Amino acid sequence: MVDLNDISEALQIGDAGKVKELVKQSLEENIVPKDILENGLIKGMGIIGEKFKKNEVYVPEVLIAARAMHAGMDVLRPKLVETGVKNIGKVAMGTVKGDLHDIGKNLVKMMLEGAGFEVIDLGVDVSSDKFVEAVKEHQPNIVGMSALLTTTMISMADVIKALESAGLRDKVKVMIGGAPITQSYAEQIGADSYSPDAASAADMAKSFLI
Amino acid sequence: MLVIGEKLNSTRKKVREMIENKDVKSIQDLAIKQVEGGADILDVNSSAAAGDKEENMKWLVKTVQKVVDIPLCIDSPNAEEIERGLEVHDWSKGKALINSITGEKEKLNRLLPTIKKYKCAVIALAMDERGIPDNSKTRVEIADRLIKILAGIGVALRDIFIDPLVVPIGTNDNNGLVTMDTIRRIREAYPEVRIVTGLSNISFGLPERKLINQVFMILTMGCGMDAAIIDPTDKRMMAIVKAAMALLGEDNFCGEYIRAYRKGKLTLEK
Repeated sequence: MVDLNDISEALQIGDAGKVKELVKQSLEENIVPKDILENGLIKGMGIIGEKFKKNEVYVPEVLIAARAMHAGMDVLRPKLVETGVKNIGKVAMGTVKGDLHDIGKNLVKMMLEGAGFEVIDLGVDVSSDKFVEAVKEHQPNIVGMSALLTTTMISMADVIKALESAGLRDKVKVMIGGAPITQSYAEQIGADSYSPDAASAADMAKSFLI
Repeated sequence: MLVIGEKLNSTRKKVREMIENKDVKSIQDLAIKQVEGGADILDVNSSAAAGDKEENMKWLVKTVQKVVDIPLCIDSPNAEEIERGLEVHDWSKGKALINSITGEKEKLNRLLPTIKKYKCAVIALAMDERGIPDNSKTRVEIADRLIKILAGIGVALRDIFIDPLVVPIGTNDNNGLVTMDTIRRIREAYPEVRIVTGLSNISFGLPERKLINQVFMILTMGCGMDAAIIDPTDKRMMAIVKAAMALLGEDNFCGEYIRAYRKGKLTLEK
């Protein structure tokens, strides 16, 4: 019998091959897919996130853990669909207009996926219109915006205004982050939250679902 | 090797507050400390400070040049701020440098007449509308195009500073190599052009960032980089730069190296 904790452990050291193998084995042993997801993959990624927040693991280690998570999900996803297990929520996110930085955005995406969210990644240099279109099309619970520059962070306010004009603002929570962003800036432009790091962003996103 | 002092940057909270409070003494102290550390040029950026942005830049340039005798690197994402900085720059202290242009057409076309008018030196980033290329070939192509455009309006090759761009190795193992290869290729094609980096981005997301930064400094100097935007008050980094210059044959009879030793500046302490 596979110990789901082993999946979590293998994920934390970024051993994609072992994660994949253990997930396969778990399914063969008829362990419930939802259980494999929650007590194996999500648990492991959660621990990585906590350690990342405390500077105990570093960016490359987060990347290989996320890669291992994906390797496990590739095997698990069809079974989750079959058994009707849904994502805990949906996030549409991107780096705002004029800004081409993607590292921070990608780290947040990994943590959100690691927490069980479906993430619609809109990429970088995303216009207000594109954010609005994505909300219409995908109906996410949350819109996430990233900016690394003092000159582009102002676009976040434009996106919030565009969501208001489209009558969509109260349909989503708006989360923002990035090097120049502060809590007071989030309040000033009417965002629902600011997160200082990727793991905190995932915690915040979860808190919005309750 | 030109050392461009990085500390007078408003994205640092302390400096932002100094600019907002028009704290002349603290700004001038920071300028003097960097010159004492060995800066050849000081970068000045006021864009993140609240208030009238163009006035902030004028104030910063004037305040700094009252106490130092070196040129400044006028740093802003905003063309108007760069122009205000150039207007008040004291040219008797040397040629101003602007930071920066890229291959992005709109901004480039906006600033070319200004560059021509002031005959300033220019930092040009090896990127364009598509973002930062993940390979050296495209970065070199963009740099090549920018060098030709700048030379075409009369900028001397020695006044063109190409930034090959630095992306964290934490997100892709090859990111250090791409920067180094870009430097090598540009150096080979244009022996006179300056190559400059702000190299600390290389270590993002890793522990002991200073160690990575210092080793990357040595490696990139070895590839032909001859200017860097760094902290001149970092004694260890400055000692490494001195030693590397001597090793690269850029220090006649190791004169600078020996002088620095006698002044007690070759410390390897942190």
